[in-house]
Amino acid sequence: MWDYAKIALVGLVALCAAIAANYARDAAYLVHAIIIMLASGVAFVWLVRQIDEPKAVAETTGYMDGVVRYGVIATSFWGVVGFLAGTFIAFQLAFPVLNFEWAQGYANFGRLRPLHTSAVIFAFGGNALIATSFYVVQRTSAARLWGGNLAWFVFWGYNLFIVLAATGYLLGATQSKEYAEPEWYVDIWLTIVWVAYLAVFLGTILKRQEKHIYVANWFYLSFIVTVAMLHLVNNLSLPVSIFGAKSVQLFSGVQDAMTQWWYGHNAVGFFLTAGFLGMMYYFVPKQAERPVFSYKLSIIHFWALIFLYIWAGPHHLHYTALPDWAATLGMVFSIMLWMPSWGGMINGLMTLSGAWDKLRTDPIIRMMVVSIGFYGMSTFEGPMMSIKAVNSLSHYTDWTIGHVHSGALGWNGMITFGALYFLVPKLWNRERLYSLAAVNWHFWLATIGIVLYAASMWVTGIMEGLMWREVDANGFLVNSFADTVAAKFPMYVVRGLGGVMYLTGAIIMVVNLWLTATRGEPKAAAAPIAAPAE
Amino acid sequence: MSKQPVKKKKDEVGTTGHSWDGIEELNNPMPRWWLWTFYGCVIWALIYTVLYPAWPLVNGATAGLLGKSTRADVAAEIVRFEDANAAIKAKLVETELPDIAKDPELLSYAQNAGGAVFRTWCAQCHGAGAQGAQAAGYPSLLDDSWLWGGTIEEIHTTISYGIRHNDDSRFGDMLAFGRDELLTEDEVAQVVAYVQKISDQEHDAALAAPGETIYMDNCASCHMEDGKGEISVGAPNLTDAIWLYGGDDVTLTETIWNGRGGVMPPRGGAPESAVDEAMVRAVSTYVHGLGGGVQSE
Repeated sequence: MWDYAKIALVGLVALCAAIAANYARDAAYLVHAIIIMLASGVAFVWLVRQIDEPKAVAETTGYMDGVVRYGVIATSFWGVVGFLAGTFIAFQLAFPVLNFEWAQGYANFGRLRPLHTSAVIFAFGGNALIATSFYVVQRTSAARLWGGNLAWFVFWGYNLFIVLAATGYLLGATQSKEYAEPEWYVDIWLTIVWVAYLAVFLGTILKRQEKHIYVANWFYLSFIVTVAMLHLVNNLSLPVSIFGAKSVQLFSGVQDAMTQWWYGHNAVGFFLTAGFLGMMYYFVPKQAERPVFSYKLSIIHFWALIFLYIWAGPHHLHYTALPDWAATLGMVFSIMLWMPSWGGMINGLMTLSGAWDKLRTDPIIRMMVVSIGFYGMSTFEGPMMSIKAVNSLSHYTDWTIGHVHSGALGWNGMITFGALYFLVPKLWNRERLYSLAAVNWHFWLATIGIVLYAASMWVTGIMEGLMWREVDANGFLVNSFADTVAAKFPMYVVRGLGGVMYLTGAIIMVVNLWLTATRGEPKAAAAPIAAPAE
Repeated sequence: MSKQPVKKKKDEVGTTGHSWDGIEELNNPMPRWWLWTFYGCVIWALIYTVLYPAWPLVNGATAGLLGKSTRADVAAEIVRFEDANAAIKAKLVETELPDIAKDPELLSYAQNAGGAVFRTWCAQCHGAGAQGAQAAGYPSLLDDSWLWGGTIEEIHTTISYGIRHNDDSRFGDMLAFGRDELLTEDEVAQVVAYVQKISDQEHDAALAAPGETIYMDNCASCHMEDGKGEISVGAPNLTDAIWLYGGDDVTLTETIWNGRGGVMPPRGGAPESAVDEAMVRAVSTYVHGLGGGVQSE
């Protein structure tokens, strides 16, 4: 009965999408309706073909790793796409001629920039978080994922969201809210997927066979719950037409700006920090084969982090229409956030004490250490930049871009690479990675790439900040904006080269992981992948 | 991964006794320096919020003991510079434009201020160095070839009224001779050749000869019989090597076929609150002094 209901539902969605495509008022909506029609059409055919097949006995024991394998593949794929887009737009800034005349309105910087940010944060980072959280919650709860095929729905649904978001950017459908660009119907779809994600994760935790919930799962759960809240509030909007992409925001003016940066900052805080700390808390002790340094520190820094982060958003709006009092609170909460953020760094690094020798032999550990190092550096830089006096120099400059990338490339990227290198041999049942030398290459390319990126952006950021504020004795501006753009050119080239190195490293990783999965030496003894009763 | 159980490497502090997928947790205390730095940040934050505007109340927020306000700071700074510059600004408005250059102090102020205004409001089109951009028809301001006149008074009028912005001043269009069927395709080609002839470029003499008649009948009323242009209607000199859009075949044909009517908003688009009369005079002085300024009669 349930099977028939599913077929009817999916068929209905395909039909509605076809009708919507017919009445579509703009190109983005039309393309999206067709994508949804095709996706639900494929699901319809697949379900119909399944219906009279003899039912394979549904697996209820053992870990559910198929969806994690798909997640690892999606993470690798979107990672390369996102890095490629980023490198390309970096060169577009250095050489504007790359905004090709024939691609105006589709592939110019303005359209590709949100494609890059969403591809790396939501496609690469999001798939990494979903895949690793599914892996980690099963292992640390000694339980199979709750909800049967719901986990598959989360994976395919989330990636459909990414395809809709990406094609929407190229076709000009955007709410113009940074990191929340997708329009109303894409937001609604993500809400449905996210609720399913929460259900799978929470359901697995509830049926765990361990007495306590492991710290990594606290972080994953806080990430899932908070992102749901942020997403719902920041995307409150009214569609102009049910058959069009455009919507109107519910908030306006400085309230809208404050909501946006409450969202934007906590997207960093809970998506890129809390979620990835969950990753760190599992993969670092596993790879180092050492206990976590301090249980107490993990509790205190967890609660301090999630309590303080949520108030720090106003520091994105210093010296704007935002009232002074809100800016002050945003600033002091950012300063207080410094140590709670560093708690994760200390716990990660100190977990390695007693295993430091592995730095010489294990490039994966090295990657994780560099990742935690960049985490520490950017969580110091962030509070510093939130100080009003510093912000008056750094705001709107490339320094911000450099700060974001030392966090994103250094922390999020490197810890994800470490997790992928850990996961692939396990998931494809291989003895070891295909090539450790290739990991080493990846490590050095990525690390040097990040250093080039961050250093060049510090230089241009501080330079343009100083140039913008330079006034003569009579109070008149000394530099024109075009002067500052011209002065940044060499550093833009350096930044682009850093991107090329980082991208090259990622491609080496993908090849290495591919060869591990397809040609790696199979694991000798059967690994105990069935759910351990403990 | 080695299968060696982690338990055997237990540190002195011991673990919490939990084990998840082989991961244990040590019972280490929080590092003291970490804890005290955290406390320090919290205390600093509390003190800061007492000194500065911070805590929202029912009506408004606490003002802070120091009574700081970023808006008031900015307003005070603007007033400070306005007061400091008030006398010389007044003098700039009172002085006859050609006489500004005779007062070194006034000239220096006008050029500094004008440069700042130029870099803010004019550089987008004319370039930070006032070199212009031929592809878009933004003239260079560095040479002595002026469309609407190069004396400081004429420059001042141009900046005040803009170009083709309203009917008060600086209007006058280059007609679309081809599109509006005033000339045939052949005639346009002939007049192009003639324009290239009088500007000393390579040209097709066979075309240029009939082109001269067409020029005299259609173009000379604005560009003058000698082709040297007329600043009262903004008609450029066609005999020099300086081109607003370009002197090649394709560009000249485009110009004559579709006409031209480049615009400039008054004061470069700045509101009068940002660029007042004194600042218009300052930027006129600056542009006049870039190298191509013409002496007033």
